[in-house]
Amino acid sequence: MDSFLSTTPGMILIIILQCLLIVVPLLVALAFLMYADRKIWAAVMMRKGPNVVGVFGLLQSFADFGKYIIKEIVIPAGADRPVFLMAPMVTLVMSLIAWAVIPFNDGWVLSDINVAILFVFAVSSLEVYGVIMGGWASNSKYPFLGSLRSAAQMISYEVSIGLIIIGIVISTGSMNFGAIVEAQDGSYGLFNWYWLPHLPMLFLFFVSALAETNRPPFDLPEAESELVAGYQVEYSSTPFLLFMIGELVAVVLMCALISLLFFGGWLSPIPGLPDGIFWFILKMGAVFFCFSMVKAIVPRYRYDQLMRLGWKVFLPFSLFWVVFVAFMAKFEVFGGFYARFLVGG
Amino acid sequence: MSVADFTFYLFALSLITGGLFTVVSKNPVHSVLWLILSFLSAAGLFVLLGAEFVAMLLVIVYVGAVAVLFLFVVMMLDVDFAELKAEMAKYVPLGGLIGVVLIMQLTLAYGVWDTAEGVELSTVPVGTPEGAGAHNTEALGLVLYDQYFLLFQVAGLILLVAMVGAIVLTLRHRVDVKRQNPVAQMMRDPAKAMELKDVKPGQGL
Repeated sequence: MDSFLSTTPGMILIIILQCLLIVVPLLVALAFLMYADRKIWAAVMMRKGPNVVGVFGLLQSFADFGKYIIKEIVIPAGADRPVFLMAPMVTLVMSLIAWAVIPFNDGWVLSDINVAILFVFAVSSLEVYGVIMGGWASNSKYPFLGSLRSAAQMISYEVSIGLIIIGIVISTGSMNFGAIVEAQDGSYGLFNWYWLPHLPMLFLFFVSALAETNRPPFDLPEAESELVAGYQVEYSSTPFLLFMIGELVAVVLMCALISLLFFGGWLSPIPGLPDGIFWFILKMGAVFFCFSMVKAIVPRYRYDQLMRLGWKVFLPFSLFWVVFVAFMAKFEVFGGFYARFLVGG
Repeated sequence: MSVADFTFYLFALSLITGGLFTVVSKNPVHSVLWLILSFLSAAGLFVLLGAEFVAMLLVIVYVGAVAVLFLFVVMMLDVDFAELKAEMAKYVPLGGLIGVVLIMQLTLAYGVWDTAEGVELSTVPVGTPEGAGAHNTEALGLVLYDQYFLLFQVAGLILLVAMVGAIVLTLRHRVDVKRQNPVAQMMRDPAKAMELKDVKPGQGL
């Protein structure tokens, strides 16, 4: 058996199994996250939410899944068929690829590369292609306008996300997620995490993540009141489902990023308690709860407000913060507060 | 064939296929999509060479930003590409000449590439500058910000000037359009924004 696993097909098999080990639990968790999202939203509006399929409606997402895949796939007559069908796949694949470098616990990572955070950033900059291709290939006005809006929005907020990440990287001295989490380890538990030194950036990152994943209040690409449903108008059945899953995986990825960058990943908040994957999942769940609450309670932005916020408020502020963190780290202000590589974290 | 070899041939094949279809495909949007495929394959090849930082930058800058602009331009501009394609035959000799020159340059460069005794060329980590730190990103950072600091900053300034130039050339101040004033909008409070009237039935305002 050992001899087979060290051959080329054996190694490829191991890699495929590892990928499945990440993707399958992720997609199952996604079904329940979608349910949680709808339940939280309903609770804020004093509705019941999904409550028919299964106990408390727990199986609602699976029922939706079945419904999506057995319906007919309608492709518009004037559509560019290959690109039209490729767009949802691109969205799904791009949102799943990034999970290859996300560590779930100390050393629990598929690909432990040095430039992990750049990889996530690169992949999230590719997610825009699913939207553009979908909007263009539909050969219809509303999807096209929706996709242009969406692309402009995603590109704008990527800039500030990149600058915020640079601040974290300067503090850590490494682009590896393992190193970033280790740098937040210390004897003060949750007060060692990056949310404290980078507090304004936590807020900025959260808002940028909402905009980057087209979540409310920045869901202008699918603003029903103006654009019907944005770039997804012409999609039906399974392709539409792929778009939905892709978007939600991107949201969960942002939750994971926030937990890793600002809340110490798998580190325990109280000194003495054991670290572990359950802390990471708990933190992701808490961030996802915030995403859902924002969806429920914040009214939608206007498009020019969104662009103004991205380019005229977030970009200068995060740029200033990069300079600020660089200064604090270089001149060792507050010791290792901003320069974790100094204290050997 | 090892996994690395297999991935090399995979990326090389998709790079060449992408490049070919960028040129021959009829629809300009398809051309840009094929171009993106070849960018991604090139990034994969960089990773195989051990130049992971350059690979990620290639994806972020070229695929994430430049190619999006390309796509916007070919999607929005009303250019008759069929007409342009029809004249393609005229430019085939010139294009072929450029291709031949490029191949000759690569052959010349590769022909004089010497390695030390007993070192296989394929084992040399081409992407990493010599004598630098533990990994690629650190090494590149040290070279760029120490050795070539001035050149790096000058390159940045040139880009800044180009950007300012492009903005100045296209900026038009129009006085006849209504604009949003975000500050005024944010300073509004309910007392100023609305007024409650008690309307008697049958009277109106």
